[in-house]
Amino acid sequence: MELLLFLAASLRISVPYALAAVGASFSERGGVINIALEGIMLHGALAYTLAAYWTGNPWLGLLAAVVAGVLTAALHALVTVVVKADQITSGLGINLLAAGLTRFVLIQVFHSSSNSPRVVGLPEWDLFGLRRLPALGGTIAAPLMLIAIALTLGAQWLVFRSVFGLRLRSMGERPEAAASLGLSVPLYRTLGVLLSGAFAGLAGAWLASEQHSFTDGMTGGRGYIAIAAMIVGKWSPLGAAAACLLFGAAEALQITLQGSGIPSEPLQMLPYLVTMLALAGFIGRAVAPRADGVPYDPEKS
Amino acid sequence: MSAAPGALPATPAERGAGPPARAALLRSLAPLAAVAVALAIGAIFIAAIGEDPLSIYALMLRESLGTGYGIGQTLFKATPLVFTGLAVALGFRAGLFNIGVEGQLYLGGFAAALVGLGLGGWPAPLALALTIAAAAAAGALWGAIPGVLKARFGAHEVINTIMLNFIAFALVSYLGRPHFEPATVRTAELAAGVHLARLDTLLPALRGSPANLSLAIALAAAAAVGVLLFRTRLGYELRAVGLNAPAAACGGVAVGRAQAVAMAISGAIAGLGGVNFVLGYKHFFELGFTAGAGFLGIAVALIGRNHPLGVVAAALFFGALSYGGLVINQRVPKELVEALQGIVILLAISAHEVLDRIARRMR
Repeated sequence: MELLLFLAASLRISVPYALAAVGASFSERGGVINIALEGIMLHGALAYTLAAYWTGNPWLGLLAAVVAGVLTAALHALVTVVVKADQITSGLGINLLAAGLTRFVLIQVFHSSSNSPRVVGLPEWDLFGLRRLPALGGTIAAPLMLIAIALTLGAQWLVFRSVFGLRLRSMGERPEAAASLGLSVPLYRTLGVLLSGAFAGLAGAWLASEQHSFTDGMTGGRGYIAIAAMIVGKWSPLGAAAACLLFGAAEALQITLQGSGIPSEPLQMLPYLVTMLALAGFIGRAVAPRADGVPYDPEKS
Repeated sequence: MSAAPGALPATPAERGAGPPARAALLRSLAPLAAVAVALAIGAIFIAAIGEDPLSIYALMLRESLGTGYGIGQTLFKATPLVFTGLAVALGFRAGLFNIGVEGQLYLGGFAAALVGLGLGGWPAPLALALTIAAAAAAGALWGAIPGVLKARFGAHEVINTIMLNFIAFALVSYLGRPHFEPATVRTAELAAGVHLARLDTLLPALRGSPANLSLAIALAAAAAVGVLLFRTRLGYELRAVGLNAPAAACGGVAVGRAQAVAMAISGAIAGLGGVNFVLGYKHFFELGFTAGAGFLGIAVALIGRNHPLGVVAAALFFGALSYGGLVINQRVPKELVEALQGIVILLAISAHEVLDRIARRMR
C-alpha cells in the first residue's frame, strides 16, 4: 500500500512534466529548441484559472489553456521560424515576458500579486471502474492523467510512424533535403512548435486544476525540467515520459522524506545531474537532431 | 549547436556586402529600434489600464535620472547588470551561450559571504581582497564546469548551464543552512572591514542611495574585458573561435581549451557581481538575492551588442528601467517593466535579423 501510494504520488507529479516534455519532442524533432516551455506553461495555468473563474467550467479552462499555449508558442515560432532569430534567446525572452505578464494580469484581475481566488478543478472520470482501484484510483481517474497517457502514446506514433512525423523529423535533421522535396520547412517547424505549445498549455492547466488556483511563478522551473527530461529521453515522446516518471519519483521521494531530517537538496539536484551525465555521454549518448537549434535560411546557406 | 545569438557582430564576409558604412549603421540601429518598439508596446499596456503613458514615462525618467538619489538607485540597479551583461557578452564573443550567469552570480555572492565571515579578524584590506577574490573564484568554478564538459564531451553548454543554475540554488540552500541566522534564510552580518563603501560617502549628491564601490569594480571589469577581447592574444583566439571555430582550429587555436577558458572567465565576472549585494548593500548573503539579474544580463548583452561599452550603457538603461518601475508601482504595476524586459529581448533579436537581411540586400 505504501508503495502504491508512492507510485500514485510519482505519477501525479510526473503529469505536467510529461505533457510538456512530450510536446517538446515535436518542436525539437522539427529543429526548434523550445526553452519557452516554462513561460508557455505559466500562460496555460493562468488561462485555465481565468476561464474557470469567469465561466465556472473547468473544460473551458482546459480549452483556454491550450489556446494560450498555442498562442505563446506562435510567438516563439514567429521569432524563430519566420524571423529566424536565435531560438534559445527567444525562449528566454518569452519566459521573462510570461513571468511579468502573468503577475501583471494577476494584479489587474484579482488585485493580488501572489495568487488567484479558488477555482474549480477538473472532475474525475470514472472510466471502466478505474476509480475503485486501491490507492491509485484517484490518480488514474484524473482526466488529464488519462489524456497525458493517451497523448504520449499518440505522440510516439505520430513522430515515428506517421508521414507527418517523418517529414517533421526531416526538418530537424536535414531541412535542405526536405525543402528540395518540395516540403515547406517553415510550415512543419511551425506546426512542431505549435503542437509543443498545446501540450505545454495542458501541463499548465493540470497545475492550476490540481491546485485550484493560480499562484505567481507556479511552474517553478518545471518547463526546464521538461526540456531536461526530453534530452534524457533522447528526443522521443516515450523516452521523455519515462524520464519524467524518474524525475517525478525523485520529487515524490523528496516529499516523503520531508521532516525526516534527511536533507532533500541532493534529491532536488538529481534530475539536473542525471541530465548533465546523459549529455556528457555517461548514460547512453544523448544526441540532438542534427539541425536542432539551427535556423533554416536558404539565403544564408 | 553553434547558432550564433542575434547580436554577434557581422562576420567580415557579411560586412563585405553592401556599402559597409550604411550596412553597419543599419545593424547598429537594432538595439535602439527594439527599445523604442518595446516602450511603445508598454505604452499600450499603460493606456489599457487607464493611465497616461507619457506622464508615466516622464515620471520614470524624472525619478530615475532627475535626482541625485534616483541616479544613485539607477547606478545600484545597473551594477550587477554590468557584471552579468559582461559575462554573457564574453561568452557570446567566444560562440558560447552562458545561461548559467544567474547561478554563477548566486554562488559568487554566497562564497563572498562565507569567506567574509571566516576572515572576521583579518586585516581589513587583505580580508576584503580575499573576499572579492572568493566571489570570482566560485563563479569561475561554476562556469568552468560546462566549459570543460563542452570541450571534453561536446556537451551543449546551454542545457548544462541551465541545469547548473538549479543545482546552484539547491546546493546553496544545503550548504548555507548551518550558516543562516535562526529562523531566517540569511547569514550573519559581515565585519565592517569587508564592506564596500557607499558612493554617497564620496559623492554627497547620491545621498541615501545604495550605490557602492562595486560599481567601480564593474567598470574596471568592463575595461578589462575590452582589453582582453581586443588587445590580447587570448581575446583574439576567443573571438576567432566564436566567429568560426573550424577556421580557428586550422589557425592553430586549441578550440576546446579556449571555450573552457572563456566559460571560466565569464563565470568569474558573473561571480564578482555578487559583491554588489553582499559586500556593498546588505552586508550579508540571503537566499534568492540574485532575483533574475543573471537572466537580465542576456538582455543587457544583446542590447549592448556584446561590446563592453555597449554593455555598460545597456546596464544603465535597464537599471533606470528597473528603478523607474518601482517608482511608478503605485499607478502601474512594476510587473509591466518585467514583461517589457522580455519583450525587449524578443525585439532585439528580431530587429537584428530583419535589419541584417536588409543590409545584405543593399549590395
